[in-house]
Amino acid sequence: MALRLPRAGLSQVGALAVILLVNWIVSPQFFDIRLQDGRLFGSLIDVLNRGAPVALLSLGMVLVIAMRGIDLSVGAVMAICGAIAASLADSHALPVVLAASLGAGLLCGLWNGILVAVLGIQPIVATLILMVAGRGIAQLITEGRIVTFTSPALAWFGGGSVLGLPTPIVLTLVMLGLTAAIVRGTALGLLIEAAGGNARAAALSGVGTRAITVAVYVWCGLCAGLAGIVAAADILGADANNAGLWLELDAILAVVIGGTSLFGGRFSIPLAVIGALIIQAMNTGILLSGFPPEFNLIVKAVVVLAVLLLQSPRLGLKLGRRKP
Amino acid sequence: MDPYEDPPLLSLRGFSKSFAGQVALDRVDFMLEAGSIHALLGENGAGKSTLIKTMTGVVPRDAGTLCLGGVEIAPRSAAEATRAGIATVYQEVNLAPNLSVAQNLFLGRQPTRFGFVREREMRRRARALLAEFDIDIDIAAPLGSYSVAIQHIVAIARAVDLSARVLILDEPTASLDAHEVEVLFGVMRKLAARGIGIVFVTHFLDQVYAVCDRITVLRNGRLAGAASAGELPRLDLVRLMLGRELSAATAVRTPAAAGGDVLATFAGFGKAGYVAPFDLTLRAGQVIGLAGLLGSGRTETARLVFGAERADSGAAVVAGRTVELSSPRAALDLGFGYCPEERKTDGIVAELTVRENIVLALQARRGVFNPLSRREQDEIAARFIRLLDIRPPDPERPIGLLSGGNQQKALLARWLATGPRLLILDEPTRGIDVGAHAEIIALIRRLCAEGMALLVVSSELEEIVTYADEVVVLRDRAHVARLSGEAVEVSAILAAIAAESPALRASEAAE
Repeated sequence: MALRLPRAGLSQVGALAVILLVNWIVSPQFFDIRLQDGRLFGSLIDVLNRGAPVALLSLGMVLVIAMRGIDLSVGAVMAICGAIAASLADSHALPVVLAASLGAGLLCGLWNGILVAVLGIQPIVATLILMVAGRGIAQLITEGRIVTFTSPALAWFGGGSVLGLPTPIVLTLVMLGLTAAIVRGTALGLLIEAAGGNARAAALSGVGTRAITVAVYVWCGLCAGLAGIVAAADILGADANNAGLWLELDAILAVVIGGTSLFGGRFSIPLAVIGALIIQAMNTGILLSGFPPEFNLIVKAVVVLAVLLLQSPRLGLKLGRRKP
Repeated sequence: MDPYEDPPLLSLRGFSKSFAGQVALDRVDFMLEAGSIHALLGENGAGKSTLIKTMTGVVPRDAGTLCLGGVEIAPRSAAEATRAGIATVYQEVNLAPNLSVAQNLFLGRQPTRFGFVREREMRRRARALLAEFDIDIDIAAPLGSYSVAIQHIVAIARAVDLSARVLILDEPTASLDAHEVEVLFGVMRKLAARGIGIVFVTHFLDQVYAVCDRITVLRNGRLAGAASAGELPRLDLVRLMLGRELSAATAVRTPAAAGGDVLATFAGFGKAGYVAPFDLTLRAGQVIGLAGLLGSGRTETARLVFGAERADSGAAVVAGRTVELSSPRAALDLGFGYCPEERKTDGIVAELTVRENIVLALQARRGVFNPLSRREQDEIAARFIRLLDIRPPDPERPIGLLSGGNQQKALLARWLATGPRLLILDEPTRGIDVGAHAEIIALIRRLCAEGMALLVVSSELEEIVTYADEVVVLRDRAHVARLSGEAVEVSAILAAIAAESPALRASEAAE
């Protein structure tokens, strides 16, 4: 039930299929998958693997946006957590590294949540603070250098595999399942949709909107922390300046493509992940097609516009369709 | 109309406006004489704001003609109306609090030379302008540093200086204290003496009689009556506003219930600037009605009792224990429920389904980690859809697509599902059709018979007297009278609302 696609999800799944098809046309070996050294390789696997960080971010972002918030700091939080993981990797045991790194992500989320829910600062401003300060913090941790590590345990998070699937894909699937289970297995999903859809009505119905707001920002920080670990493990180092740079925008885009309104309310976790895959499939496709990378951003914008137009109820009415 | 007289300054004829099939204004006429202060009165939804918006072109009208000084005009926006000579000052002042008083007065029309603002000239003119109103303030200070009253007067001065012939004041006094109101009235009288026609929207009757020459009353989008202030006694005015014919007040009244155990008592309960401290006792199986005009403190009382607003004085005792009503959540845990007046903004979550809306409060009380299973939700939704006859009987339909009456029933279901001991209903029958109306009243009676305590806010006095065992009358944000038993009748309520001197305040009674 948690992974049930709403009817409205057809346009996203359709868009992803079309993009994959276009990728196959420009690059006939796109769907080729081969097994090498016990790990799957191929362009399709690459899309999933490269898309993992944004997909992880979108898992937290979708809940924040459903609560009518936004989190601009996730890219910076990735940088912080990646820097912590890379700095500790060669001197500490893996559990310590993970605990420190994810704990930092959690604290970042808690900070955002308190600014928004307790101090009542507008989310875009509240998270902008950490977006700016976070990169500075990450640079302090790495002392301005690119910190590299050799620990195979941490490297496994980027380059390892489970049953042939690259670890980032597995982590994303696990987190997808975990998020869906927490949100839909408890009453959290209903309460988020009620509070995001009409905060006043929800509060008058006894919904503790403040605690829920803090919780979604904490989860968003945690997801960003994990994405930061994956990104650092992928390059065996932490680059405080570039890790997760602009990924907050991709994550927001993924959520919006996934049909969750920036005005809060109804949300879909699986569709947010599909949104992330749409973005990555386009990136990969443009690389494969041999188009100059300058076109990348423009093509991306056009495809995003197309997906959003497909979802627009106004356009739907014009085309004579009935509202879902 | 006397054909030999000059045409009135402003005349509206046959103004009509519907929103999505709902008639908001139905052939309303309105005349404003030069130099007069004209009160425009009516309860919520009577059509006051629609009349003002159609008059100033903010909202296009469906029909009607508008003449200013005998010449027909058709403004299509507030800016056009202002240019034509009709200026509006809203309750929320539409000025920039961060700019200086002088800058606000001349925003968009600063005196310039060679393209540069002539700061000194602007200040001189600003001072001169405010001097006309006997206001002597530092015009270089930011507007936001002054009281709301001064901000209002600045907004009025700006509007009048934009060559206004007609000035519309939309509830300017709602957030002013008594002294500030006097200052504002002084300004209004001065402007009237200069020949400006003023439309004054308010719901404080004392203010109407203090400053207005004429009164026009709207009710349900229609013109209910217009008269000069001297010819319309208070009681008649209240009757016009609420639309009560005393002869009609013969509806069957259920015998007053003796009242069961005391469920909750509120002593000296109140909040400064919100509702004066009041005493209230709620008993199981008893309906208490809250009556009064719009803005009299009815909704405010309901919100205090539900903890939606925190009281700063007095104490609440529920089932023998002193309780902190610090939030709706606390009230929910005590077994309280509250159906707010503004269904759309405070009640429904429009995009969620009827089922989700119904289970919301129960789920909130059970907590995040104790979710109702889908089967339980379906069962609860189905039970209440059947019990309250919610139409269409589809639990998976977004509630925003239901009619007002059915939304109201679903909101009632939301609280009934929690098995409340006290249900607070704020205007439960507003804006819903006649059929649903009767059903909701029948439900109120039934719940009461089942031993629930009810606190009902209503401006439908005929209705309230048929089900309430006790009626508390409010005026100017204070409880001014308590009627019970045989005394619960429309005429007594009207008399209490219209009474001139402030009656005994609950705070005094409490001491």
